[in-house]
Amino acid sequence: MTADDRMFVFDRRAVRRHRERAAHGWPRHSFLVEEVAERLADRLLDVNRSFPLALDLGAHGGETGRRILGVKGVERVVAMDLAHGLVARADGPAVVGDEEALPFADAAFDLVVSTLSLHWTNDLPGALIQARIALKPDGFFLGAMLGGETLFELRRALMEAEMESLGGLSPRLSPFAEVRDAGALLQRAGFALPVVDSETITVAYRDPLALMRDLRAMGETNAVLARVRRPPPRDLFPRAVEHYVRLFAEPDGRVPATFQILWLAGWAPAETQQQPARRGSADVRLADALGTVERPAGERAGAPLPSRPGKA
Amino acid sequence: MDDAKPAGATHRVDPKLLEILVCPLSKGPLRYDADRQELVSEKAKLAYPIRDGIPIMLVDEARSLDA
Repeated sequence: MTADDRMFVFDRRAVRRHRERAAHGWPRHSFLVEEVAERLADRLLDVNRSFPLALDLGAHGGETGRRILGVKGVERVVAMDLAHGLVARADGPAVVGDEEALPFADAAFDLVVSTLSLHWTNDLPGALIQARIALKPDGFFLGAMLGGETLFELRRALMEAEMESLGGLSPRLSPFAEVRDAGALLQRAGFALPVVDSETITVAYRDPLALMRDLRAMGETNAVLARVRRPPPRDLFPRAVEHYVRLFAEPDGRVPATFQILWLAGWAPAETQQQPARRGSADVRLADALGTVERPAGERAGAPLPSRPGKA
Repeated sequence: MDDAKPAGATHRVDPKLLEILVCPLSKGPLRYDADRQELVSEKAKLAYPIRDGIPIMLVDEARSLDA
């Protein structure tokens, strides 16, 4: 793939602007990052290793760093974010940097973590490759990003409203990755023993406008490059709010917003890791290991499929 | 880690951080210019600013050394 065929979905300057804006009053809107950071630290507890030097990619205000410090021998966390205003809130050493062009030496870190930032990268495979290169051999990567089911209620409501008033759709919400993509991406990025899983967090809002205000305050508003530059029709959002309430409101009037969290984990390859054995190198027969009797496969296994009835 | 950072103290870049930082464009080494508060990449001919002790490692924000 050459640089020219690459699709640039996100306007990284817009992402940065949104995050700088989010820095004002950040602690009032950091709850989702706080929640996921907590879960990330929990997951790290299950890993049987020690990681003295860690990098937090897209660190926001340092929420993840604060939680992993002291966990699993983490002594220092370097916080990196696109927004100066956010990363300046981190406790330890801080850097303004872009996940798509990391400013770190190869094999510098024992651990790379990332909480809810990688969904804004255009070149996620590239960002993962860079994260892997920044890791020492046998270093660990653990990232949480928003997945494809995130805000499905809002997508649906906007879609209904837009169909009504415009007779067509435009990208007002960012595309997110799916679980199956994520596993393949980790592998392509050269991580060993990649693991992907997903969980959802549902947040109840007073009304859809409260959700939209929150998304804006979190710096999570649309940065899709192809976003419609002309302003949306005046009645689009009021209509979307109506649809949101009609389709999803709970009996008490509150509305749910779903966030799907995709967890990505993998190891920088090292000689000492478990490797698949060379073909034909086994000294025990599979049948013995399984405690069964080996039978020839017979004709069937290799037999051609029955020819299709009808015309030859 | 300190809870409240004294204003002046944060304006120094962490020396251990400097050891692992490279130019994001060339991946080459950086020279710390303490007077100008910049990290200079000779290879990329760019100088990255340091604001409040935080290196801004974005090509967009760097000063070109060619001019």
